[in-house]
Amino acid sequence: MKPAPKTDDILEMAEELRWDLPRNFNDHLTEAIYAESSRLAERSVARQGQSRRMDLQNRVDRLLTSPRTGFLIMGLVFALVLWLTIVGANYPSSWLGWLLTDQAYGWLRELAFAYLPAWLAGLLIDGMFLATGWVISVMLPPMAIFFPAFTLLEDLGYLPRVAFNLDRVFHRVGAHGKQALTTAMGYGCNAAGVIAARVIDSPRERLIAIITNNFSLCNGRWPTQILIATVFLGALVPAQFAGLAATGAVFGVALLGFALTLLCSWALSRTVLRGEASTFSLELPPYRPPNLWRTLYTSLIDRTLFVLWRAVVFALPAGAVIWTVANVMVGDVTLAGWMVTRLDPLGIFLGLNGVILLAYIIAVPANEIVIPSILMLTVLLLGQGDAWAESGVMFETGTEGVSEILQTAGWTALTGVCLMLFSLCHNPCSTTIYTIYKETGSVKWTAVSTLLPTALGFIICGGVAFVWRWVQV
Amino acid sequence: MSDACPPSACDGCRAARGELERLGISVARWDYVVALAGNPNTGKSTLFNRLTGLRQHTGNWPGKTIARAEGGFGYGGSRYKLVDLPGTYSLRSASPDETVAREFLLFGRPDLTVVVADATSLERNLNLTLQILQVTDRVVMALNLMDEARAHGILIDARRMAGDLGIPVVPCAARSGEGVEDLLVEMEAVVTNRTTTRPYRLKLDVPGVAAAMEQLVAKLEKRFPQLPNAEWIALRLLEGDRAVAAKVADGSIGFSQTNSLAPNLA
Repeated sequence: MKPAPKTDDILEMAEELRWDLPRNFNDHLTEAIYAESSRLAERSVARQGQSRRMDLQNRVDRLLTSPRTGFLIMGLVFALVLWLTIVGANYPSSWLGWLLTDQAYGWLRELAFAYLPAWLAGLLIDGMFLATGWVISVMLPPMAIFFPAFTLLEDLGYLPRVAFNLDRVFHRVGAHGKQALTTAMGYGCNAAGVIAARVIDSPRERLIAIITNNFSLCNGRWPTQILIATVFLGALVPAQFAGLAATGAVFGVALLGFALTLLCSWALSRTVLRGEASTFSLELPPYRPPNLWRTLYTSLIDRTLFVLWRAVVFALPAGAVIWTVANVMVGDVTLAGWMVTRLDPLGIFLGLNGVILLAYIIAVPANEIVIPSILMLTVLLLGQGDAWAESGVMFETGTEGVSEILQTAGWTALTGVCLMLFSLCHNPCSTTIYTIYKETGSVKWTAVSTLLPTALGFIICGGVAFVWRWVQV
Repeated sequence: MSDACPPSACDGCRAARGELERLGISVARWDYVVALAGNPNTGKSTLFNRLTGLRQHTGNWPGKTIARAEGGFGYGGSRYKLVDLPGTYSLRSASPDETVAREFLLFGRPDLTVVVADATSLERNLNLTLQILQVTDRVVMALNLMDEARAHGILIDARRMAGDLGIPVVPCAARSGEGVEDLLVEMEAVVTNRTTTRPYRLKLDVPGVAAAMEQLVAKLEKRFPQLPNAEWIALRLLEGDRAVAAKVADGSIGFSQTNSLAPNLA
């Protein structure tokens, strides 16, 4: 938008006329409209007695939005949704894993290698099919539980209450209270969260909301958190508490993400994006009984399958890329082996390893394929040692299978913890980066949004790894 | 129909009704463009989904729709393009999502604007309705969430409201589909000119403003002869609205951006 040139005669005239207008005439206008609305409403609206429903709603609201109980309930609701997701997703994940990466994989592999040239069979089955199979078995079950649960809360009207509770907190760090809504949308998808920032009027606060949205774990990262927490932290406690321990770990990471959102908002609003937090009014809509079946249907079809489809679309080429880098030779090692060796020192310094960093490079288009990429690279690199003789044998079902693969590759609890932290703090996926660019129209702010979380991830993971090793020595 | 409605002759004789044909996103050609406007969280997207058969994301919180969505439906032999706009409290505010709504209502020139109002808090919803009536003639009010209003013991005399506002007012509940047929009948009547609306225009009797308005409107109409709402633009200029001023200066006023369009922050 061009700045208005000073010479425009209409604008000049408006400026001149404004001098002669009565003071506060805007307020007069607003008042006139309000008064008229009130008069008209009075003419045709009547109330019948005192509404019971209103009373109940007010009492529930007092509980859900009071400073004392509001946060507690919010935490409990969130933890419950996570726990349901983690415990509930375990079984279907195992079945799908057994079906896709155990049975179907072995069977297809035999078939393909019998009739196709070895390189093509490898590319199709060891590459594309395996990556996709892992995406489906790891992603589908948690999403099929998490999304409907979240949508039910949304339809019920809980989201505005969350925004109301968090308003004070966001206000204190110099951000807009509606950032609570964009943060919540980010838990589904960061690109959606970034677009949702349009509800914020002030450009300063809108930028803060956009930059910090990446600290909301998106649907591509929940499965990573859940799987790694189950495999590495759930395994540290007796089996009956595994679900709780995993939930606690994921909850902790999500909470850390929220803390980072506040911290970065505060830092930004004190430095480059300085300014006062603006006030706004937020309606608390009445609680509405969600339409259960429709909610289940739409959140399964529109969100779960949509996201799964996106994951599959990215997993297919990624699987091919991974298989290729693991089979193209550079001198006497494979390209993947060469890259992993190069990345290993940095990875290990961060408590991770070269495979994880390479997987994150391959997975820039979609966070959904991080875990499949890690698994495939690990398997393919391990396979180049001696044990890689026959097909299928590597894969056991479900989380135990994953656990076995990763432990064989030398992963420890430290690797698991650092991966969870890095999954929280790294660059947004390419879709989100593009969306940020479209929404801000600025290369500078897109770069800040991309590099800030990555830098934080390096610092946090490096710090955790350093302390962990120091304590252990 | 609302409980408070006095019995009327119309209740007994149902007008001949067409069939609603949901066209989803296939709106390559259409006879009428209909805008869905209203305060946040009054059920615009729910009504949109019910009429078009689409599954625009709905949720019980204000600010959920941030860009406009388009879909189509057929009714009574005509094809309608329906535009679901982000909720807004006023035509005078300017967050990016509200700008989308404001631009479309002012310059998108819909054949009909359906104001979706929350029957449980009509007074607040009337603020926006009155403002919309100032900038456009063809308006139908969908008095939505009637089921909730009944549960809260709120009675609304829709006929008196219709008389006061000079536009059809249809009580309905988009979630269950109650009253949606009546709404379609009224919509059709207005776009085909079988019903003539006489929108209630609030007099803005702030002394001294009328003369200034007159001068500005004359100038605006001279430079932008196609401008549909010169009074409103003049008023905004007098109020010092910078976004509107910039559009006047660069000559883009009156031309709705056709694509979805949050203004950049750069």
